[in-house]
Amino acid sequence: MATKSLARQQMLGRLFIYSALILLALYYLMPLWVMVTTSLKPLDEIYSGSFIGLPQEITFEAWSKAWSGACIGTECTGLRPYFVNSIMMVVPAVLLSTGLGALNGYVLTKWRFKGANLVFGMMLFGCFLPYQAVILPMAQVLGRLGLSGSIPGLVLVHTVYGICFTSLFFRNYFITIPDELTKAAQIDGAGFFRIFLSIMLPAALPIIVVSCIWQFTQVWNDFLFGVSFTSGSDTPITVALNNIVNVTTGRKQYNVDMASAMIAAIPTLLVYVVAGRYFVRGLTAGAVKG
Amino acid sequence: MTDISQSAAVPGTAPQRPAATLSARLARWLPRLVMAPSFLVVLIGVYLFIAWTLWISLSSSAMLPRYDFVGLEQYVRLWNTPRWHTAVINLFLFTGLFLAVTIALGLLMAILLDQNIRAEGVLRTVYLYPMALSFIVTGTAWKWVLNPELGVEKVVQSWGWDTFAFDWITRPETAIYCVVIAAVWQSTGFAMAIFLAGLRGIDSSIIKAAQIEGASLPRIYASIIVPLLRPAFLSVIVLLSYISIKSFDLVLALTNAGPGGSTEMPSTFMFAYTFQRNQMGVGAASAIMMLMTVAAIIIPYLYSELREDTHGH
Amino acid sequence: MATLDINRVRKAYGNLEVLKEVNISVGDGEFLVLLGPSGCGKSTLLNIIAGLEDITGGEVLIGNRVVNDLPPKDRDIAMVFQSYALYPTMTVRQNIEFGMKIRGIPAEERAKATNAAAEMLQMTGLLDRKPSQLSGGQRQRVAMGRAIVRHPDLFLFDEPLSNLDAKLRVDMRTEIKRLHQRLGTTIVYVTHDQIEAMTLATKVAVMKGGVVQHFGPPQEVYDRPANTYVARFVGSPAMNIIPGWLLASDGVPTVAFDTPQGEAVVRGVPLSAETAHRFAGRDVLVGIRPEHFGLDPSGTVPVGVDVVEPTGPDTLIVFAAGGTEVVARLEPFDAQVGRQERFSVKAEKVVLFDPATETRLD
Repeated sequence: MATKSLARQQMLGRLFIYSALILLALYYLMPLWVMVTTSLKPLDEIYSGSFIGLPQEITFEAWSKAWSGACIGTECTGLRPYFVNSIMMVVPAVLLSTGLGALNGYVLTKWRFKGANLVFGMMLFGCFLPYQAVILPMAQVLGRLGLSGSIPGLVLVHTVYGICFTSLFFRNYFITIPDELTKAAQIDGAGFFRIFLSIMLPAALPIIVVSCIWQFTQVWNDFLFGVSFTSGSDTPITVALNNIVNVTTGRKQYNVDMASAMIAAIPTLLVYVVAGRYFVRGLTAGAVKG
Repeated sequence: MTDISQSAAVPGTAPQRPAATLSARLARWLPRLVMAPSFLVVLIGVYLFIAWTLWISLSSSAMLPRYDFVGLEQYVRLWNTPRWHTAVINLFLFTGLFLAVTIALGLLMAILLDQNIRAEGVLRTVYLYPMALSFIVTGTAWKWVLNPELGVEKVVQSWGWDTFAFDWITRPETAIYCVVIAAVWQSTGFAMAIFLAGLRGIDSSIIKAAQIEGASLPRIYASIIVPLLRPAFLSVIVLLSYISIKSFDLVLALTNAGPGGSTEMPSTFMFAYTFQRNQMGVGAASAIMMLMTVAAIIIPYLYSELREDTHGH
Repeated sequence: MATLDINRVRKAYGNLEVLKEVNISVGDGEFLVLLGPSGCGKSTLLNIIAGLEDITGGEVLIGNRVVNDLPPKDRDIAMVFQSYALYPTMTVRQNIEFGMKIRGIPAEERAKATNAAAEMLQMTGLLDRKPSQLSGGQRQRVAMGRAIVRHPDLFLFDEPLSNLDAKLRVDMRTEIKRLHQRLGTTIVYVTHDQIEAMTLATKVAVMKGGVVQHFGPPQEVYDRPANTYVARFVGSPAMNIIPGWLLASDGVPTVAFDTPQGEAVVRGVPLSAETAHRFAGRDVLVGIRPEHFGLDPSGTVPVGVDVVEPTGPDTLIVFAAGGTEVVARLEPFDAQVGRQERFSVKAEKVVLFDPATETRLD
């Protein structure tokens, strides 16, 4: 009898755990569900009060409007040009900051010099910098460099502050690779760059992926730099999305808003679904020691 | 001259070695040369710019930067601005609630997920995906969900609960809680991931030993496992505080600091005063206040983390 | 092939001196073992020979050439590391050929050298695998193969067997010895394992605290250790160091020490007349290896058996003498705890130390 009631108790416990987890999952999925369904509904259906339910009639009108017809300010170009802006900003910023971060991590772990710890500490603080504290001078400098209001300007900004994160990633990764490996390569006659290219980089593939994904989501999702340094047709997609959503004239087109939000979210969501494992590693690397 | 060279040859002082060749000397400096550009841009982009902002905050800059010196005038002006008071109160309210709920929920999710759950991978993915989204997207989505005319309030009312009211986002006293709801939704997965990593790092023989001693599972968690998660707690608290202090996009997209400035935060305040109200000096002063708050949390944390790091090796 | 001379080498990190005036010279084809506990400076010395660490003072000569300022690649050395340090993303073949590739050796020649090394180390079948697919012993072989193809003047081994399990360690030890016999290249080998040192070395340098305690052939280090530290470090079980005294006697140096069962006397220990005269009647430390005791009813050492540890080929007897615990290694016999026995001592093998300086008395 005792064992039977114990087994029942255990089963009830499992039941509780699973229902809690599933309820939580539904809660986390709800906003995404609402976004997707709303974006597929005609506007009348939305105003007639269907919020949570499936669309009675599926239409991609809102998506096509968000992509190529919605008005941002006076320009009714949709999100497409801003999506392109974001791509033009993200790709060079990710490549530059990852490449430099890899070199820095390599130097900081395998070619330690006097003061290397201080240099690392100073870079580390850059990861936690509230960017409000540097926006004003950055705007001045970008202006003087002739880069203000431009995508190359944003690439520069994201590279500068991205280096702090990527250096941390690579430093923490390379420190786990035994120093004997570089010593062996030195005896084999390999120099600084040869060791980096032939031995360290091939061994660093996982952290390269982590760094690229992290930088991609950071830069793609950035709003503060975009809204501070660019305007008009030069803004990245997050700024354009905010502008679409905050249009106050006329009947609010919630389906277009949601389709726009989805368009802005899809690239990072896609990366997350495909390479979630690496994404989580990037997040937890923020806990310095990883 | 001869004296110097002789003293250099005394054993125990400088080593006697022929001058290194140029290429050898270059090789010695190469690592530092490679790092120099990165370090330089960080030095400028972080430290010089902070000093620059500090300078602006001590000047009479308004629409354009002006490089004079007016002492703490802008800070006095800042602290005499009611809007800034709202921002600071909101920051504490928001940070406190955001941390408490996110940590409690994240820890609960991590512990539940650590019970040999069958679909763990799928659930983890679901809990964590908001972290991949831009705060602007999150804000847009929640603005829609919290919309009292067409969102959750309407749905619950249509289920027959006619008096149900959930119009927090339109009321100045409660709008800040909407920001908390959206921020918690976005960040819990992150707290969960760190706690889960911490749980997985705990030696399972400790749990077995406690079970043999007859401790119940909740008891084991409360008195053995949660205390062992101290480093994870530290990381989560520090990183979430940092997120909350700089949270800007979420507030802007969700409430646009409204209604009536009721959800103003230091970050939105700084942006508004600097770029929209042409009070650059006040904006810079508010930015320096934010920086000091972050530094007070982050620097001790980094120091302790790095010190442990060197102990480990 | 080359000689190796280490002249007054010093190494300091700031104020911390890790090597103090180290002097070692070995001839062409010798097998030098640097032996000592961790932190004694042996690995630092090896890294200095390799050129992986800067030298603070003194000179390193390989083949009569000062190499202080030469980078590792120009020193004609090859090194095998404790962690093997195989390049994880390369196959075994690429690992072995990496150095040759950098030196611009043509592909055919590289392949030939690699195949020859692989054959010598019996790992021809492993050439296309990645290091992660190899066992510890196989990785060790690859690391050695990588060193062999350089045809260096000097082989450096940094604790190469420490990561292997006990049985494999013995096998690989033999393999390294065979390699040395076949190639005849000078070898410097770092270890903390005194058995490796005894079996492999032609010269041993026992180190402690950055100072060479004893430098000489292994048998000499074993038989006539320079001080009590070396005496205790080399040999297992360690040499017994028993506080006793030198008797003033008739030209035959004789030592005595107390046991609870009475006084023990050993006549005819090796000691010069001059030292015997100087220490006559004074305290000395008496060093006796466990195997130099013998069961002998007419022996001069009265013993009360405290512990009996049969090992198979021998039986270890623990007893008290001179206020310390003493171990004797004897042929198996019917030993009983608590019983009294008499042991003899091979007097000519006894080593005496000065109690003040703990150095050997000759």
